[in-house]
Amino acid sequence: MVFAKEQRLVLKNYGKIDPASLEEYLAAGGYAALKKALAMNPDQIIGEVKRSGLRGRGGASFPTGLKWSFTAPLQAVQKYIVCNADEGEPGTYKDRLIMEHDPHLLVEAMTIAGYAVGATKGYIYIRGEYPQSQASLARAIENARAAGLMGENILDSGFDFDLEIRSGGFAFVCGEETAIIESIEGKRGEPRVRPPYPGVSGLWGQPTVVNNVETLANIPGILNRGGEWFARIGAAKYPGTKILTLSGDVANKAFVEAPTDTTLAEVINDFGGGVAGGKFQAVQVGGNSGGILPEALLNIPIDFDSLLAAGGSLGTGSVFVMNDTRDLAEAVKTMMRFFAHESCGKCTPCREGCRRLADFMVKLCAGNATAKDYQTAAGLAQVMNQTALCGLGQAAPTPFQTAMRFFGDRLETRLAK
Amino acid sequence: MMENSFISPAKRSVDEIIARFQGVKGGLLPALHGIDAEYRAIPEQALVKLAQAFDIPVSQVYGAATFYAKFAVGKRGRNIIRFCESAPCHIAGAAELIAAMEKHLGVKIGETTGDGKFTLELTQCVGACHSAPVFTINEQPYFDVTADMIPDILARF
Repeated sequence: MVFAKEQRLVLKNYGKIDPASLEEYLAAGGYAALKKALAMNPDQIIGEVKRSGLRGRGGASFPTGLKWSFTAPLQAVQKYIVCNADEGEPGTYKDRLIMEHDPHLLVEAMTIAGYAVGATKGYIYIRGEYPQSQASLARAIENARAAGLMGENILDSGFDFDLEIRSGGFAFVCGEETAIIESIEGKRGEPRVRPPYPGVSGLWGQPTVVNNVETLANIPGILNRGGEWFARIGAAKYPGTKILTLSGDVANKAFVEAPTDTTLAEVINDFGGGVAGGKFQAVQVGGNSGGILPEALLNIPIDFDSLLAAGGSLGTGSVFVMNDTRDLAEAVKTMMRFFAHESCGKCTPCREGCRRLADFMVKLCAGNATAKDYQTAAGLAQVMNQTALCGLGQAAPTPFQTAMRFFGDRLETRLAK
Repeated sequence: MMENSFISPAKRSVDEIIARFQGVKGGLLPALHGIDAEYRAIPEQALVKLAQAFDIPVSQVYGAATFYAKFAVGKRGRNIIRFCESAPCHIAGAAELIAAMEKHLGVKIGETTGDGKFTLELTQCVGACHSAPVFTINEQPYFDVTADMIPDILARF
């Protein structure tokens, strides 16, 4: 299905080069951005990234240039770049596409990031469910080393940088930036209290920049074509493109890289080929922790701020469509059971709350929940939003809360009479 | 084909695996991955060896080994079949596929076949939602699987 608005910037090499070949990556313009970066001042690089307006593509949406600027000026024994490749949000596989089909893009980006903030060592934390991605990156790193693009005195610049891969162990919570750090340190992947933030005190207490795969994958383009070029694409406050992965009841269960001012309706209908197996009921954007949205909101652009204002979230850019034959309460139950399984257990609001919300949804679907149970669950959800230690617990209630807000009748009708 | 020591099984003993990662910062987790890749589980005796090698309490090793859903302390089958139970696979018919697999193997989720060949588990989204429902065998995903394809796939093991 050809989607006129698609712009493959991050995915420009997808399907066009052999990902195992450094030569083909170079022939496609690869490592030109690194060469350019190494001839610049780190300050200039950060300035360019700030000018681009790039914001994190992992879900939190923090401005990337600003994040780098916290770490760059710090004096430290060692600084680190960590790539968050723990892509665990159900419905999401955008980072896997980059890692399997253009691994050098990530290697080049991390090297630039290291140079910009003064980090000579990087870790790519790849989820354990992605063996192909791990192999792909391992090969790319080895090839880069052999070609002098990684290691000591890269391209005679005086800059040393090396990368190591670490594997995740099937723990969704390790997508949280401090949990990743704990995991790389060889421990249980439990998030830390912040502040201090990783940019100041992260891996082994050293200043650490943690960035998502897709975020980093935008960096070489920004270096090559300039921050201003990037800032002109898509939505003003959340510029660039976003890779969206479609799943569920949609004709074309595939991925698309669209400018951030594309609307949900365009994504689902024009790219996705429309709803399959029935009429549109709901769409969950952003992954399991994303809001479940009704038809009335489909004309919203997919940029982070627009979705947030509407009561949803862009999250990872997963677009999970459900037709009107689906039992929405059952779907929400599945989502809440996911969180009960994945809660790390460290903080009480999430450990207890995820379990209770899952139990409530089981009860509701069985027709045994009372109006009081419903009220209690709603209150509990708010407590979790406000008091959970990390984003997992804070966002876990979202599917339930948006179901209450936009599809309340579908839940209330299941209450015990 | 490059060997990635974190994921490709080589014929190594627990001692050899531990020795490989002993000097690595944060090496406990790569060591656990190495043992898991070789043995499909973390033998209880390995917990003590890991504690000694990394100079930490056994309880801390146990805490790390049991935190991650990939690992299992004790014993599992030689091949781990995992079905995704997250929402996109759930609505694509994961339940029917699981039932077909359980029927074919004669064991339920959480169990291992009598000959020790296969262990059945549930897992969360493995990022293959374009081809839901999905299962993996030893972390390798199988796309667009229907019940009738199961015997042929399993025959390869």
